[in-house]
Amino acid sequence: MKDKLQEITKRAMEQIDAAEEMSALNDVRVAVLGKKGELTAVLKSMKDVKPEDRPAVGQLVNETRSAIEEKLAEAKERMEEAELDHRLKSEVIDVTLPAKKAKIGHLHPNTNVLQEVEDIFVGMGYEVVEGPEVEYDYYNFEALNIPANHPAKDEQDTFYINKDILLRTQTSPVQVRVMEKGKLPIRMIAPGRVFRSDEVDATHSPSFHQIEGMVIDKNITFADLKGTLQEFVKQLFGADTKVKFRPHHFPFTEPSAEMDVSCFKCGGKGCRFCKGEGWIEILGCGMVHPKVLKMSGIDPNEYQGFAFGLGLERITLLKYEIDDMRLLYENDDRFLKQF
Amino acid sequence: MRTSLNWIKDLVPGLEATPQEFMDAMTLSGSKVEFYECMDKDLEKIVVGQIEKIEKHPDADKLVICQVNVGSETIQIVTGAPNVYEGAKVPVVLDGGRVAGGHDGEKTEGGIKIKKGKLRGVESNGMMCSIEELGSDRNMFPDAPEYGIYIFPEDTQVGADAVKVLGLDDAVVEYEITSNRVDCFAVLGIAREAAATFKKEFVPQVVTKTGNDEDVNDYIKVSVEATDLCPRYTARVVKNIKIAPSPEWMQKRLRAQGIRPINNIVDITNYVMEEYGQPMHAYDMDTIEGHEIRVRRANAGETFVTLDGQERNVDENVLMICDGKKAIGIAGIMGGENSMITDNVSTMLFEAACFDGTNIRLSSKRVGLRTDASGKFEKGLDPNNAMDAMDRACQLVEELGAGQVVGGAIDIYTKKMEGRRLPFEPDKYNHMLGTDISPEDMLEYFKRLDLGYDEKTNEVLVPSWRQDLESYADLAEEVARFYGYDRIPTSLPSGEATTGRLSEKLKVEKIVRNVAQFCGFSQGMTYSFESPKVFDKLLLDKDDVLRQAIVISNPLGEDFSIMRTLPLNGMMTSLATNANRRNKDVRLFEMGNIYLPKQLPLTELPEERMQLTLGMYGEGDFFTMKGVIEEITSQLGMDAKLTYDPASGKNFLHPGRQANVLYQDKVIGYLGEVHPKVCANYGMKERTYIAVVDMPAVMEFVSFDKKYEGIAKFPAATRDISMVVPKEILVGQIEEVFETKGGNYLESYELFDIYEGNQILKGHKSVAYSLTFRAKDKNLEEEDITAAMNRILKALEDMGIQLRK
Repeated sequence: MKDKLQEITKRAMEQIDAAEEMSALNDVRVAVLGKKGELTAVLKSMKDVKPEDRPAVGQLVNETRSAIEEKLAEAKERMEEAELDHRLKSEVIDVTLPAKKAKIGHLHPNTNVLQEVEDIFVGMGYEVVEGPEVEYDYYNFEALNIPANHPAKDEQDTFYINKDILLRTQTSPVQVRVMEKGKLPIRMIAPGRVFRSDEVDATHSPSFHQIEGMVIDKNITFADLKGTLQEFVKQLFGADTKVKFRPHHFPFTEPSAEMDVSCFKCGGKGCRFCKGEGWIEILGCGMVHPKVLKMSGIDPNEYQGFAFGLGLERITLLKYEIDDMRLLYENDDRFLKQF
Repeated sequence: MRTSLNWIKDLVPGLEATPQEFMDAMTLSGSKVEFYECMDKDLEKIVVGQIEKIEKHPDADKLVICQVNVGSETIQIVTGAPNVYEGAKVPVVLDGGRVAGGHDGEKTEGGIKIKKGKLRGVESNGMMCSIEELGSDRNMFPDAPEYGIYIFPEDTQVGADAVKVLGLDDAVVEYEITSNRVDCFAVLGIAREAAATFKKEFVPQVVTKTGNDEDVNDYIKVSVEATDLCPRYTARVVKNIKIAPSPEWMQKRLRAQGIRPINNIVDITNYVMEEYGQPMHAYDMDTIEGHEIRVRRANAGETFVTLDGQERNVDENVLMICDGKKAIGIAGIMGGENSMITDNVSTMLFEAACFDGTNIRLSSKRVGLRTDASGKFEKGLDPNNAMDAMDRACQLVEELGAGQVVGGAIDIYTKKMEGRRLPFEPDKYNHMLGTDISPEDMLEYFKRLDLGYDEKTNEVLVPSWRQDLESYADLAEEVARFYGYDRIPTSLPSGEATTGRLSEKLKVEKIVRNVAQFCGFSQGMTYSFESPKVFDKLLLDKDDVLRQAIVISNPLGEDFSIMRTLPLNGMMTSLATNANRRNKDVRLFEMGNIYLPKQLPLTELPEERMQLTLGMYGEGDFFTMKGVIEEITSQLGMDAKLTYDPASGKNFLHPGRQANVLYQDKVIGYLGEVHPKVCANYGMKERTYIAVVDMPAVMEFVSFDKKYEGIAKFPAATRDISMVVPKEILVGQIEEVFETKGGNYLESYELFDIYEGNQILKGHKSVAYSLTFRAKDKNLEEEDITAAMNRILKALEDMGIQLRK
């Protein structure tokens, strides 16, 4: 019996080692371990073994079975390995072939900048609001302390529909509309399209965008204005950006200022970009004029605040080094794809 | 505004600053300096020389050899200039020096270096200069020869610095003065600011009493009829006028101010205009009839010849200066040809008046003439300045010996402009600025600006030239300016916390932009105004309501004259630009308003409707566009099915390839292939597709309120149906049958084949759908499906659709 088992084992092992395909392994399994297999036959003949020898023989049979099964499993794994190996080798690709790109469009450079600006101010607790582009003269001028006959109202600057209605020349009227609602405190920015009667050239467009900002509360100071705008430009242009405030005049703010930032190309040393000055003028700002507060129904003795306005295109052109404003409105695909 | 820096330094004797230092400090205190230019920046080693001897050049006919005494030595210079003579005093640039440019007036950046050398074999140790080579011109130096070396007056000192002698050792400073600071459109105003900025004393010249013992009233009578337009009119008379060039010091200053010296009388009026910011005018007394001046409005339809010889139309809105019989000047704008000063003048009337700024501005526009004078008046001058300027001018007349000033002055000043008193409120200023500046410091700043302080009433006394100072906020700015904007601390707003956010509308627009972008569309921007011809280009019917556009009353031209009522023109123009430039497969979108008037002419604001406009040519078709729209609505939580109505009636679209897009039976936009005629109108050769989504319509349905629905646990069953459909039946109608008859178990349906051709009955198409049924709570039984299918098939058959078995 023992010899027989040894012989079965030996033969099975040889056949397994010789097997080159999965099917050969299966043949071995069926021939040895199957219902009609040799080992099964041995087990069936156990009844001829003397009862006292049965445990020992039984054990021997089981050992033989495990040995063969183990060998089969090993062979299977080896074969699978080889097969995978073969597949991987045959599947080598040229990774430098062109990519298959999803054809995604591009946002307008103005939108990219605007979203950045919006994100910064939203992060500081500002609401983003809008106002009409076709606007009453009252909101665009009068309520902003620009009375009738002010030179700024001259026809050469403003597109009029009729004497009361015009295309807004600035986003500042949105300030008034928000203040009139009477909900205080106010922290807002108002981006939007504005219109001025300028002929189209490399630096002018009769239609462009501004971003207006305003904060009104009980104790808002000029120092807060400085701090807020400094924080804003640091986020927009980088933490090293320096700011400079120069006195200026706007009818709807007092005191008023213009803000310069250190040139973000040369860091303030002076270059072609900043015309050698090291500074770039970026926005106008100031404390909301008490008259403007009053006209909008806010008591200037209780509340004060600041406001600022910046030209979106100006920042877009600076940021992306675009040298001709007309490109922004031509919509050439080769231009838009760069942003 | 521009000033000579030397002039400012004369008025602020303690001021010692380089032009750059001056520029920086003035800008930070509020008088923004745009730039400065040193007139001598390219002039070096140039002295006054005297030609002692001239000899012919041995080898050149047109050259001469000069021996020139330059003070320290006599040097030999070869020149080709035709106007040199022995004894002439001339500017000489020495070896190693620089001049500004050539004598053709062309300036060279950095100047031209002059070195000694040989001219046709003869040694030349320098160069004699023309006025152009010194960086100026004959306009500023009318005494310079047209071609040749500049010749100095005989009394000029040999060896002196020629640049100084010519007054070119100055810097011209150009300021951007804001409209509220009328006082700074004068040298005196700038000097006052400079003194305050540099903490130095401001020392204006002292104006002395002038005039003989005659009385001006014996010469002239003045009446102001339009006192509303002429708050003040002052006049004096000068007789025995001797016209002559003005002195060198005055010419130098005028030149630095950019004003050409002419003669003593003209120069004095210009000088005073620069100094005081007060325009003056001089009339020839002998042309004034009736010894009388009347200031009145012009008559309607009147014409008048100004001193430039032009005939001007004036009307009753324009203020005129008249004598007893006729008009002799347009007030504040320009005098008349009939009363102008000539070289033969013997007696003149000097006028310094104050006219209403707004009226001058409007008149100047009406008459079509803007002058230096009107430019000053329209800012609204301080009437108190007029008499001071007049007296200053008369002082200069006497000083220059230009004539004899008649005693007394005419002064018609109906309503005196007073200064203002404002409470001194240091706490308010500090509260506004976020500072802690002491009241003493504030008063010190005010004092420097000639703002007084009344201790008894605790009031700040604002002089009449500072009409811009009206309230505490204005005074806070004065404090800030001289404390220094840079010294004000920085802080962030305190107080109630607020939540930052985009409005709902902006949030939706952002999502839509992003979807369009991810569908391959790039964002363009186009103008809101366009040409009325657009409507014809887009084939709109003559009575189409969209032709009712808002018209701009003063447009840049017809092409920008109406506010768009539909957004297609900008898109088509942009696509055509791309196509003309051979850009392939272009997809653009724009998010912009259209402007729909509620009535015309406009009496209230129009409706501004935000439109998403998609446009494309090249790869893709109608159904690509449709896919983008459905992607957008899906991202906006609009989960119901969009429907498409081909009867959208858009003339600008292909009649068989257009549809309105409906959501819950409401039109939210349209799409289609652009009509070939419209394409041709824009020069587009390729098939072009557009879609417009009306954002306000979409806003009504947007929903971000999502609830989780369980994922189906039970298996689905599918049934395919294949149909032969009359051609005129739309696939959408078949789908409507599925929707209405499918019952609760119909989960989805999908078109998998559509075919028209030979194998199909003529006038028909073959359509095949796969329908998926599923129940949420059980395994479907065959009869559940059959019931639904029977309802569907019955309805289809009723529509004349044959089922292919």
